[in-house]
Amino acid sequence: MAKIIAGIGTSHTPALGAAVDNGKTAEPYWVPLFKGYEPSKKWMAETAPDVAIVVYNDHVNAFDFKIIPTFALGCGAEFPIADEGWGARPVPVVKGYPELAAHMVQSLVLDEFDLTIVNEMQVDHGLTVPLSLLYGQPTAWPVRVIPLAVNVVQYPAPTGNRCYQLGKAIKKAVESWHEDLRVVIFGTGGMSHQIQGPRAGLINTPFDKAFLDGLTRDPERLARIPPLEYLRDAGAEAIELVMWLIMRGALGDDAREIYRFYHVPASSTGVGHIILEAA
Amino acid sequence: MSKKPEEFEDVPEYDDIPGTWVFDAQRARKGYHLNAFFYSLMKAENRAEFLADEPKYLEKFPITDAQRDAVLKRDWNALLELGGVSYAIVKLAFTDKKSYQHMASKMAGVTESDYVKMMLAGGRSPDGWRSKSERKA
Repeated sequence: MAKIIAGIGTSHTPALGAAVDNGKTAEPYWVPLFKGYEPSKKWMAETAPDVAIVVYNDHVNAFDFKIIPTFALGCGAEFPIADEGWGARPVPVVKGYPELAAHMVQSLVLDEFDLTIVNEMQVDHGLTVPLSLLYGQPTAWPVRVIPLAVNVVQYPAPTGNRCYQLGKAIKKAVESWHEDLRVVIFGTGGMSHQIQGPRAGLINTPFDKAFLDGLTRDPERLARIPPLEYLRDAGAEAIELVMWLIMRGALGDDAREIYRFYHVPASSTGVGHIILEAA
Repeated sequence: MSKKPEEFEDVPEYDDIPGTWVFDAQRARKGYHLNAFFYSLMKAENRAEFLADEPKYLEKFPITDAQRDAVLKRDWNALLELGGVSYAIVKLAFTDKKSYQHMASKMAGVTESDYVKMMLAGGRSPDGWRSKSERKA
């Protein structure tokens, strides 16, 4: 059977992708950030999962405002890279896993998670920056990817608890698939940040560190953080952290932290990263 | 018995967060065509056409006069207030060959270098910025 072996939480700040694409990772501003991901790249190379479910949000690229799905699962064979306004990132096309995605959709809908099925869509920095951080710059991504796009752009995003429960249903879906596959799940976005209005630049390091701690110590508490608390305490865009709870839910009750990294800033963001292994 | 107007809970709690326009369904409704304009800037040919004659390009979108003026003036906070969402608005900054950080510094009302310094020093503390009453105190 397929098994979710690990979860990866990471910010997906577009400036991190731009630093990789423009060869700036050795500049003093970026050195501490990319150094923080070196152990993760090594871990990923050694772990070499077959499939990555990447929970991310689209930033008005695949989805304009005609249709705003709360949860959308990418079921296509491949996903082209979006031009977000400055040209598409020079990264490989993302290859999907339509067979497993189709199975997940059926399992999830029957489990009462009525998600949107997307057969064709472009993917943006929300999905590709985490891949760059964990895989570097390969000519082809060495993993097949199932994108799960979550609406966090138009308020309200799904609640933390809804995301956590969806994660549990994803575990059940994956583990009822016949192939022996080693699957990892990414929860991306966050941590504290606000990129709008006179309050832009807000960072709340204690909030972020408590969130990282809670992923192993008390994920149920994290799942109860109300939307207003994210907005007020950690910035309007920190609501992206609900996506980490999908990842956490998919790991089962016990998860072991094997690596953590935190750094302020990348552009306007408190960058957090964690690797959790499922029991 | 019907409710009196003041008994309806239609003023959202997050309106109390200072310096922030939460992009909720009502704001999204008002900003629908404005955001469609930003979305159009994902195509290189549209970016070129817009930059060649901004007012003419904007005629394609049924936006309000206030929204049009805010685009032409790059009045970033007005764009938020009038229904733009930052992820879409930033496509206008990218079209101008500017960064997210540039746009954020303008919204915050500081120079880009001061903004970068603030971020390098750990960012803006939430203390004093959690609510409008706390902001005034």
